[in-house]
Amino acid sequence: MAEKRKFRWVGTRPIRHDGVDKVTGRANFGADLAFADMLWGRVLRSPHAHAKIRRIDVSKALALPGVKAVATAADLPDLPPVESGGLEGGANFRDLSRNVLAREKALYHGHAVAAVAATSEALAEQALDLIEVDYEPLPPVLSIDGAIATGAPVLHADLVTRGADANLPNVASRIVFTRGDADAAFARADVVVERTFRTQTVHQGYIEPHAVVARTNADGQSVVWCCTQGPFMVRAYCAAVLGLELSQLKVIPSEIGGGFGGKTTVYVEPLAVLLSRKAGRPVKIVMSREEVFRATGPAGAATVHVKFGANRDGKLVAGAARMWYEAGAFPGSPVQAGAMTVLAPYALEHFSIEGFDVVVNKPKTAAYRAPGAPQAAFAVESLLDELAQKLGVDPIELRLANAAREGTQAPYGPRFKKIGMIETLEAARAHPHYAAKLGPNQGRGVAVGFWFNGGMSSSAELHLTEEGTAVVASGNPDIGGSRASLAILAAEELGIDVAKVRPVVGDTESVGYTDMTGGSRVTFATGMAVIEAARDVVRQLRERAAKLWECDPAQVAFHEGRCVPAEGSGLAKEPLSVADIARKMGATGGPISGQAQLTARGAGPGFATHLCDVEVDPETGRVDVIRYTAVQDAGRAIHPSYVEGQMQGGVSQGVGWALHEEYVFDAQGVLENPGFLDYRMPVASDLPMIDTVVVEVPNPSHPYGVRGVGETPIVPPLAAVANAVAHATGVRMDALPISPPRLLAALERGAA
Amino acid sequence: MIHVVIPSGLRKLTGGAEHVELVAKDVRGAVAALDARFPGFAEALGARFAVAVDGEILQDAWHEPLPAGSELHFLPALSGGA
Repeated sequence: MAEKRKFRWVGTRPIRHDGVDKVTGRANFGADLAFADMLWGRVLRSPHAHAKIRRIDVSKALALPGVKAVATAADLPDLPPVESGGLEGGANFRDLSRNVLAREKALYHGHAVAAVAATSEALAEQALDLIEVDYEPLPPVLSIDGAIATGAPVLHADLVTRGADANLPNVASRIVFTRGDADAAFARADVVVERTFRTQTVHQGYIEPHAVVARTNADGQSVVWCCTQGPFMVRAYCAAVLGLELSQLKVIPSEIGGGFGGKTTVYVEPLAVLLSRKAGRPVKIVMSREEVFRATGPAGAATVHVKFGANRDGKLVAGAARMWYEAGAFPGSPVQAGAMTVLAPYALEHFSIEGFDVVVNKPKTAAYRAPGAPQAAFAVESLLDELAQKLGVDPIELRLANAAREGTQAPYGPRFKKIGMIETLEAARAHPHYAAKLGPNQGRGVAVGFWFNGGMSSSAELHLTEEGTAVVASGNPDIGGSRASLAILAAEELGIDVAKVRPVVGDTESVGYTDMTGGSRVTFATGMAVIEAARDVVRQLRERAAKLWECDPAQVAFHEGRCVPAEGSGLAKEPLSVADIARKMGATGGPISGQAQLTARGAGPGFATHLCDVEVDPETGRVDVIRYTAVQDAGRAIHPSYVEGQMQGGVSQGVGWALHEEYVFDAQGVLENPGFLDYRMPVASDLPMIDTVVVEVPNPSHPYGVRGVGETPIVPPLAAVANAVAHATGVRMDALPISPPRLLAALERGAA
Repeated sequence: MIHVVIPSGLRKLTGGAEHVELVAKDVRGAVAALDARFPGFAEALGARFAVAVDGEILQDAWHEPLPAGSELHFLPALSGGA
């Protein structure tokens, strides 16, 4: 239950503890570690997007002086097709193993085929050229339409379509959500709108490429230093892929230069471990930017057909969505989440949703901020804008008339508890931005976004020093300012200055099991563990005060950082601060530490409403975002700067999906733009100041009311931008990105 | 007695029924009861799924107690990005 209380630190903006090191270049990221006897690893990658691997001969590479080890899939156990157990879960280790090193087939251009460790980078590179691979090229499957067509080349001969009555080519699963009678409701509707929307493959674009150093000790344990969103995930996945026990691996996370979901799996980490175990020396592998683009997991392209039926007053009576999401080379697109989120912001009695997980000869997709939701929201929010135009209704009013609220049954089943959808819409409507005048060739778009937010498992420890300061240890790499948020929570509970709390990120042997930094869960779930650990410390502080006062702990209360006589206790004692008690802890029972481990329940869903103004150059088709306001329900903003930062970052990336970014493949499946020069992400000069409005509708399941905030803000921008373009030009763009040539062509078609 | 809402994709196993009442003390018991009544239900559900008990979404919650009168939904397992 969210507690009503006056906060001292929650809602303030202390400088992040890792900030100085990061802005001065002192912080250690994945590629910064080196050992004197270290080898360099390099990866041989498939030149074909789809090919059988008949034979791999590494003998010439091994014979090259300076080459210390070579690895192929033959060095890995051939795992059964079962999903992982354990706490991290979720991965099909047979597929993961085959993505780490191709076995029977290369399934995308850039697919890892072999790895080499040598005494220098140049030698390792030279050795790659000496590895002979006998390929039998096969026709590549490069689009959803190409994959599901009758007679399409098949990526996996043993693929069975889960959830379908009959096998569909290259479709790994089909998911369905229905309620009521959508067909009958559409027949009764005054207005019906429908359209097919397409998004392209896009990358998270984290600044830091994947990097790892692995060193195997004499006792057989391999220590892994890497940049990852989840050290416990790296330990579990490497152990599975390599056939090791968890105790044979220790993972130490470095600082991380962005992840956004892209660092929730392994690529080069098991290779470095394998090579270090073979060579008996530390091995370092750092991916190039080109490798990151060609061989790590982007968000897949999607085709989403949406249909709405409404009454003349704007009340939605029926909805339908059919969705096809590219998974890349192995099953597992986020189409399930797409199908669950696609209609979630709206109360609908009658709907049908059908989703398909489609494999294609492209890199296996990975999570990317609210995985599956941006593609879905682009379709729904664009079509709602079209409906509002058709009905002559204000787009915010249309959404308010149909908004999900507490008690609304979500399309995926359960009823929402307290949510902030309506509050974000009302705040957007009341914002000066919404009433601001637009100039020529300018347009304004509105869009809404939803994300579930995650809970999952976290551990935390809080150690009190003998001077009354505190150390908070958790297992989540700090991506978005979580150290500062966790320190604030500890300071709030202990009633001490936040500057006196040092937050540290532990490794897999120094902190209890903790799920990944992902799912917008760290401030919510790990924060909950920190609150519990701090309350454990407070309990001990009261016990120590009771010892000093020679009374029962029940007679001691804890208030604003001090032990005081409880009301009605009859005690007349001077308050004892945390520092007072800490200084005497040796004499009152020894060290004081608190700990907590939990699987967090009740992650409150996140909703956002975005307003976007664009100006279109009708002669070139160039779109400039000239004003942007993001409104989001954060439940309770623990550190408002980092909530706002998440909102601004999500908008920036969403604008990239909308206007600039796409993987461009040639007919053979070779990525033609594997670098930031040709893969255009928005930079600071492309964007206006992104205004933020943090709405706080406390999550009733969290003691402070926290909701996750990291993912929701990437959901609305695709449609917010596209809707703004539609209002500026009169042309509705149903395929992203809205690049100048594409928009210019559409404008010319529209004018014709 | 608890109230189970059958996911759309599994209703072919329940003869189209969307709502099922049954007695189970926890999620594991509910899956077993559904599998006994609708053979193949557990296999079709798979090993990894989430549930919502009275609106609260829980992952890997085999041992989650189901108080009398509670509402149980089965959901696909989810993973996040951030």
